Amino acid sequence: MSENVTRRNVLKNLAGIVGGILALPAARTCQAAVRNVFATAQAPKGYDPFKHKWLMALDVDRCIGCGFCVEACKAENSVPQDNFRTWIERYVVTRPKPGSGESRGDTFVDSPDGGIGGFKPSLIPKEDVLKSFFVPKLCNQCENSPCSQVCPVGATFESPDGVVLVDKNYCIGCGFCIQACPYGCRFLNPETHTADKCTLCYHRITRGLRPACVEICPSQARIFGDLKNPIADDPLQRFIENNKTQGLKAHLGTKPRVRYANLDEEVR
Amino acid sequence: MNADLLTNAVDLIPQVQGYAYPNERTLHPLWSVLIVVYPYVTGLVAGAFIMASLVRVLNVKALEPIYRLALLTALAFMLCATLPLLFHLGHPERCYEIMMTPHFTSPMAMFGFVYAWYLMAVLLLELWFDYRRDFVDWSRTESGLRGLIYRAFTLGVTDLSEPALRLDARMGRIISVVGIPSAFLLHGYVGFIFGSIKANPWWGNVLMPIIFILSAVVSGMALCVFAYLFLCWTRRVTADMRCLDLMTSFLFYALVIDATIEGLDWLHRLYSAEEGIEVLRSLASGKLFYTLLLGQAMMGTLVPLLLLGSLQLARKWVSDLNRRRVYFGCSALILLGVLAMRWNVVIGGQLFSKSMRGFMSYKMEFAGHEGWWLSLALLALPFIILTVLIKYFLALDLPTIENVVPGAVRRPHSSQAAEGRAG
Repeated sequence: MSENVTRRNVLKNLAGIVGGILALPAARTCQAAVRNVFATAQAPKGYDPFKHKWLMALDVDRCIGCGFCVEACKAENSVPQDNFRTWIERYVVTRPKPGSGESRGDTFVDSPDGGIGGFKPSLIPKEDVLKSFFVPKLCNQCENSPCSQVCPVGATFESPDGVVLVDKNYCIGCGFCIQACPYGCRFLNPETHTADKCTLCYHRITRGLRPACVEICPSQARIFGDLKNPIADDPLQRFIENNKTQGLKAHLGTKPRVRYANLDEEVR
Repeated sequence: MNADLLTNAVDLIPQVQGYAYPNERTLHPLWSVLIVVYPYVTGLVAGAFIMASLVRVLNVKALEPIYRLALLTALAFMLCATLPLLFHLGHPERCYEIMMTPHFTSPMAMFGFVYAWYLMAVLLLELWFDYRRDFVDWSRTESGLRGLIYRAFTLGVTDLSEPALRLDARMGRIISVVGIPSAFLLHGYVGFIFGSIKANPWWGNVLMPIIFILSAVVSGMALCVFAYLFLCWTRRVTADMRCLDLMTSFLFYALVIDATIEGLDWLHRLYSAEEGIEVLRSLASGKLFYTLLLGQAMMGTLVPLLLLGSLQLARKWVSDLNRRRVYFGCSALILLGVLAMRWNVVIGGQLFSKSMRGFMSYKMEFAGHEGWWLSLALLALPFIILTVLIKYFLALDLPTIENVVPGAVRRPHSSQAAEGRAG
C-alpha cells in the first residue's frame, strides 16, 4: 500500500469533496438571487417593477355572475379547460326554519365550470332564498404569501410591484405551493407540468393595459389600479375611500392584498 | 323543475360532494399514493437507525445480534427514499435545482441537505467504520467479484493494527451519537412539510413533526423485529430470544409514547374545535373510517399495544415459539398501521376542500404514473436491496461485535460462516 493512502488522507479528500458539494449551492443561490432581481417575467424592456404597486379590488354587490371574466381570462392566458386562474362562486343563503331562532338557514355554494357562460337558475325555490350573491375569486397576491414561502427552488416569488409570479422554466412541479395556497388559486398546468396561477395579466399591465377580466367586466365589479401612480379620479382610490373592505381568510396571516367590498361572512 | 335538476346534476362533478374550489376538482389528489410511500420509507430509515443506535450509544449488549441488520435495513430504505418524490415531480429533470438553488424558507428545500447529510455523513460513514475490518479480512480471503467489491469498499485503508481498530470503534460511536439527532431531523422535517401548511387544518399542526418522528421510530423498530424474524426463518436458525424480548419491549414503550401523543393531538383538535373540525370529524367517521379508526387506531395501535403489553407482564408463561409468533404478528400489524397513518395524513388531508364546504374522493389507479403498481414496486425495492445487502454483508449467525473470536475471520458467505460456527 502506498504511503499516500492513509485514513487521514482519505478522510481529508472526502471532506474536500463534501465541502465542494456544499459550496456549489451557495454560489448558485447567489446567482439565482441576482437573476430574480432582474427578472421581469413577460414584462417589456425598460419596465421597472419597483415603480408600480398593482392592486385588484372586487365589489361583490356589483357582480352579476355573467362569467365573461372567466372566459376572457381563459382566452387571454390559454388556461387549460379544467383549471381556473379566476372563477365566480354563487352563494345562496336560505331562510331559517320558522321558529328555529336562527338568523339564517343553510348556505349553498356552486361554481359550475368556474362560472363560464353564467349560472343556471338555482334549484332552491325563490321563496326559500334569504339572499344570494356572486363572488369573483382570483389569486389574492398575498403579501405574506405561503406559496412562495414553501417553493423549494424559489420558482415562485413576490415581485416588487405586488404580483406573485411563477417562473415556469424553473418550477420543478412538486405541487407544494398548490397545497400551501389556502384559496385554491393555484393548479398544476397539465401542459407545462408546472404550477400556474393568476398573474393579474402581467404581460398586459406592464404595457399599460388592464387585466383581461377587468377590461371585460360589464358591471365594474372588478377594479384595478396602480397604487404608486394613481390617475385622475382613480377608480381604485375611489373604491377604497367609499367602501369598507377586507381580504379573504385574514386569520391565516397571509395578508391577502386583493380587496373585497360587501363580503358576507359565509365567503371563504 | 325536473329538467333543471337534470341539467344542474350534469354540472356536478362526480368526485365532489358539496362545494370544492374549481381547481380542487381533480381526478385524484395532487399528492397521491407516491407521497404516501415517501414518508413511510423515510420513517423506516429513521426508526431502524434508532434501533441500531441503542446498541452503540446506550450500549445495550443484548441487541447486538440485530445491530448490523438494523443498519443495513436503514441503508436499503434510505437509498429508495427519494424515488417516490422524484417520480412524482412534474419536472424530475430539474430536481437537482433543490440542492443547487435551494429556497431557504421552504421545508422541502432542506430535504436535499438533510438527506445528503444523513446518507453520507451518518449512515455510510458509520457502516464503513463498522465494516472496515471485515472488508479487509474478506478482501484477503475472497476472490473474484466479491473480493473486488470488498477490496473497493476498504477504500485502500487496510491498517488492522490495534490503535486503528480502536479508532474505528470510537468513530462509530461518535457517528451514532450524531446520528440520533440526525435521524430525528430527517423525519421531523418530513413531518414539518405537512405541519407547516397552515392552509390545511388536517396538516397544519405543531404536533405533526413529533407525531411523524414517533411513528417513524415505532415503524422502524417493528421493521427490525420483522426482518430479524424473517431472516432467522429463511436461514433456519433460532432467533435470539433475549434480543427479541428486549427489542419488542423497546417497541412497546415507543408505541405507548406514540399512541399517547397521537391521542393528545386528537383530543386537542376536538377540544379546541377550531375551523375545520366538522370536516375532520366527518372524515374520520366517513371516508377515513377504515384506514383511520380500524386500520391505524385499532389494528395498528390498540391490538399490538394489548398483545405486546400483556407479553411484558406474562412473558414467563408464554413459550418461545408463541412469543415469536406474537412478535411477528404485532410487528406486521404495526408496519401496516403506520402505513395507514401515512395514508390518512397524506390522502386524508386532500379529501376535503379548503373551502371547508365539500369532500373529494380518491379512486386509485391500478397502473399508470401514480397507481398501485408503481407504489408497490417502490415499496418492494428496498426489500430487494436489503436482500442483496444481507447476502453480501451479513453472515449467517448475524455476527455481533462480541461473538467474533479474536483473530478469526468473519466470513460473509453463509456456507463458510456455517462451517465456522460448526467448528
